[in-house]
Amino acid sequence: MVERTPILNFFTHLILFAGFIFCVAPFVIVAIAASHNLKDVNDVPMSLLPGSDFWVNIKTAWTTADLGPKLLNSFIMAFGVAAGKVIVSALTAFSIVYFRYPGRMLIFWLIFITLMLPLEVRIVPTYAVVANVLEPYQAILDLTGLSWLIEKVSGVQVQLSLGLLNSYSGLILPLVATATGTFLYRQFFLTVPDELTEAARMDGAGALRFFVDILLPLSRNNMAALGTIMFLWAWNQYLWPLLITTDQSHAMAVTELKQLIPNVGGAPEWHIAMAGTLIVMLPPLIVVVLMQRWFVRGLIATEK
Amino acid sequence: MASITIRGVKKNYAKTQVVHGVDLDFASGEFVVILGPSGCGKSTLLRMIAGLEEISDGTIAIDGTVVNKLEPRERGCAMVFQNYALYPHMSVAQNIGYSLKVAGVPIAERTQRIQAVARVLELEHLLDRKPMALSGGQRQRVAMGRAMIREPKVFLFDEPLSNLDAKLRVQMRSEIRKLHRRLNATSVFVTHDQVEAMTLADRLVVMNGGRVEQVGTPAEVYSRPASRFVATFVGAPAMNMLEGEVTLDGISLLGGSRKLNVSRSGLAVGAKVEVGIRPEAVRMAAPGTPGAVAATVDLIEELGAGRVIYVDLDGAPFSVVTSETVHPEPGSTIGLQFAESDLHFFSSETGGRLDVFKASVPERTLQG
Repeated sequence: MVERTPILNFFTHLILFAGFIFCVAPFVIVAIAASHNLKDVNDVPMSLLPGSDFWVNIKTAWTTADLGPKLLNSFIMAFGVAAGKVIVSALTAFSIVYFRYPGRMLIFWLIFITLMLPLEVRIVPTYAVVANVLEPYQAILDLTGLSWLIEKVSGVQVQLSLGLLNSYSGLILPLVATATGTFLYRQFFLTVPDELTEAARMDGAGALRFFVDILLPLSRNNMAALGTIMFLWAWNQYLWPLLITTDQSHAMAVTELKQLIPNVGGAPEWHIAMAGTLIVMLPPLIVVVLMQRWFVRGLIATEK
Repeated sequence: MASITIRGVKKNYAKTQVVHGVDLDFASGEFVVILGPSGCGKSTLLRMIAGLEEISDGTIAIDGTVVNKLEPRERGCAMVFQNYALYPHMSVAQNIGYSLKVAGVPIAERTQRIQAVARVLELEHLLDRKPMALSGGQRQRVAMGRAMIREPKVFLFDEPLSNLDAKLRVQMRSEIRKLHRRLNATSVFVTHDQVEAMTLADRLVVMNGGRVEQVGTPAEVYSRPASRFVATFVGAPAMNMLEGEVTLDGISLLGGSRKLNVSRSGLAVGAKVEVGIRPEAVRMAAPGTPGAVAATVDLIEELGAGRVIYVDLDGAPFSVVTSETVHPEPGSTIGLQFAESDLHFFSSETGGRLDVFKASVPERTLQG
């Protein structure tokens, strides 16, 4: 029902505007704080008129926290995670929706269960696996006595080890599997008419051909939506990068922000911290702005 | 060009059987229409020929090769779907040429063949459009083009005209017919529309409840329906059916209120039969004409070229199609006449046709 009365229009706009202010105010305050000098930023209350030191602060933040390489690291990781999720969940959903095989529902529910196991819950075992990816296989060999047997026979001690700490693969791979993405694709694949699948079969396209030629182009909006969400999510990861990167060369922008936060006893340089925050917020903002159109289309009902 | 041989084909979904052993032979180059009400298994049968549905029992052979285990692409069939099933993200040219792309045909040859098909279907100016920007009839033609380009041995049509409006349907109908004459590929066309079936078919297969009721030319099916079901399903308005019982000197109809003087060769006295007559075969006469049956007019439907007159015959509904310019008032009494050769007899038990009367006996009529 659409009503058109001036008074109602006025109030809807008022509410809309209030919501807008509510959302934007924190960013504005961060931006204003980033433009003050050391004295002004510590005034109580802080002046809400922008100061003149914006570019100076940005520069200081950039050099102090060495943000250049860290933004690159963050970008590689977030892009890797987003791309990985988009590909892996498309394949998973394709398998679940289009093939009938024993254990299909079991696999479906296993994926479903992982929704209830976010990274934070399984962080210790995940860390252990990343520290040595081959650990579980080593355990199997040890338990079955195979490693003992091999040692007796050949004199070689079996010690499987492949560590992924302080590496991009270690940062990205554990985050790639996603139930959310699988469901998003699954819901979309279920809306694709069966006749399309059958037409492709009549045209001689095999399963993979159908997936690549028909299904993927049709799920472009889905991929954009999922990619955007997952890019933001990965960009904002804090605990996982903090845990597995001890080496500065693999540090993330988000985790390194804490270097800018004034220590107890140090100068209260909040203007620098705010400038750094602005820089780190920028890439996800750009991604959202660029992807917004597809992003929205991918999340609303199928296009007609 | 290919013949299709269907032997004892059955289809089960879990525990329900939807096709109960079908035997059919389609000659090479023939245009066969499978007609039946929804749920009669006609689409399932078509999809089994196409390879989209597994065959539970029996065999289907195309050109003598049993295709039960072959993938759709290996069977040499092309199919036109009810909802066209065009790939929405591809242009018309890409849609038509997709099967060639999959088959690895080089681009130059592909373009040439797409052009050729587009010329036949008058789609040349639409080749760059997306399906979304096409009208229903155009989409239908693209779907046909997609089937044609593969030069298949067999064309399969799954109710391809049911999403078009009435005018376009008539137009596409004749286009399909022309196309068939030109390509001369074996075609199997599934529909529930009897007009479509009658006009398109070289041979008609009428199905009901997963069984084949009758196979024949449209004229045969119309004039000699093999069962009560076919008699009432083919033809509009439906054939009039009167219940009767065989007596010593004929058939007593409508619980004894009317009597039909026919020789009852081969029928036991007391056997229950149904006597059918097409509304088109009934003639109107002035009430009281000798040999005419009196009936009360219920309702008149104007068709333009003629009219359907629904009458009440001793409580049984009965319809008459006439092109005479008579306008009886509802409630008035009219006389009805028909030739014995136009009567059809069916067993009440099995529904099967009873060929009681070999030669037509002229003008022996109901006596009331």
